[in-house]
Amino acid sequence: MGIPRFWRETPSRYNLIGTKCGNCGTIHFPPRVVCPSCHRKSIGKMERIHLSNEGTVVSYSIVHDAPHSFKMQKPYAIAMIELEGCCRLTAPIIDCDPSDVKIGMKVEATFRKLGEQEKDDVIHYGYKFRPARSER
Amino acid sequence: MDVGIVSYGGYIPRWRIKPQDIAKTWGVDGDAISRGLNIVSKSVPSPDEDVITISVEATRNLLKKVQIDPKDIGAIYVGSESHPYAVKPTATVVAEAIEASPDLTAADYEFACKAGTAAIQTCMGLVASDMVKYGIAVGSDTSQGAPGDPLEYSASAGGAAFLLGKEKVVAKINETLSYTTDTPDFWRREGQTYPKHGGRFTGEPAYFKHVLTCAKNLFQRTGTGPEDYQYAVFHQPNGKFPVSAGKKLGFSIDQIKTGLLVPRIGNTYSGAVLLGLAAILDIADPDERVFVVGYGSGAGSDAFDITVRDEIENTRTDKCPTIEEMVESNNFVDYATYAKFRGKILM
Ligand SMILES: [Zn+2]
Repeated sequence: MGIPRFWRETPSRYNLIGTKCGNCGTIHFPPRVVCPSCHRKSIGKMERIHLSNEGTVVSYSIVHDAPHSFKMQKPYAIAMIELEGCCRLTAPIIDCDPSDVKIGMKVEATFRKLGEQEKDDVIHYGYKFRPARSER
Repeated sequence: MDVGIVSYGGYIPRWRIKPQDIAKTWGVDGDAISRGLNIVSKSVPSPDEDVITISVEATRNLLKKVQIDPKDIGAIYVGSESHPYAVKPTATVVAEAIEASPDLTAADYEFACKAGTAAIQTCMGLVASDMVKYGIAVGSDTSQGAPGDPLEYSASAGGAAFLLGKEKVVAKINETLSYTTDTPDFWRREGQTYPKHGGRFTGEPAYFKHVLTCAKNLFQRTGTGPEDYQYAVFHQPNGKFPVSAGKKLGFSIDQIKTGLLVPRIGNTYSGAVLLGLAAILDIADPDERVFVVGYGSGAGSDAFDITVRDEIENTRTDKCPTIEEMVESNNFVDYATYAKFRGKILM
């Protein structure tokens, strides 16, 4: 992914900022300019909102064949997470043994390195999730 | 000067390695090294952790303990000797990650292990002069020793962040002063992966001379002695130096033990004395007094005389773990995993 695109997505990657449709109330992440259900009716009504930092694992899988920037951490779990009171997103679950990840597990957002193209390139940062304090 | 600590937060990676496991790789006596350094384990960062992520986590923990608008933060300084970039400030990412951007000043500091305490002094000045309402000072490191070097047994990862201000002060900084000389005890040249050090030279003329002189100067300036403080914390490159410095100054082990984290997490460099102070603030009672002396090679010391206020109770929260909860970890890795995590295996 190029530097400009990553940079534009910095607020949502750093601070889990999504959008809420002012017409139907649906929350989207990543943020959207237009609501996919309401289309024109949502124009100018998309509100930036902070999503919850806490969520629950809805589904997960263990990655053994990792892409380049994750090769140091394999195997690792990648999960679909239901954020409290808003929406779902997909993120790695870190700071635990992948075999400990379970459906229904409470998780919380953390700030980690997402990767870099080469050693002399810009470093990308953003959210990953770890088991919530109650799970540790 | 009515400036003090408004909030604080720390972060320590969860992984640990024992000196015995490092020593086994190099064919030396790990038990002897462990005893000699008074270190039973040191923290190890994950491959996706660096000074930026540690600084962000520490600063976010700080914000969980206090109700302030991040836009009231006028300055962020991050002290470290292991910033991920040679050019591109860590402080800019921290500012963005806590939504303090863009109306503030930010910069990175470097002074071996005392860049974090230097950042606190800078923030104190900005707050005292009303240039900013609040300032954040972070000390954090993911330092490394060359494979097989004595530093490899102690150099670890962690950091702490302090919010300085005049309002909502939970621990007042009564006084601060410094002691700085040109001393070649430890250095790393640009472009070099690992630091070099002056061996035995790092003890007497470096650490002890600066820490003890700075401490005595602070006693003199404040008209206090060791008996006036409930807690004392010193820079802790290993488990022996701070205990020895404390004893020479007249402090008891009871006064030192709360802030002495190095036996279990190793030397977190810029994070070391600040994590020790954070561990003290986690349990200190109102009106208790804390004596703090940092040290950075090259060389210099910053000392602080701090009095805890009733408002400290406001920072006690279960929204983030205590320093003690972060220090306590049983997630040990072996040397091969450690070498992989720390990029010591060339690929
Ligand atoms: Zn809609």
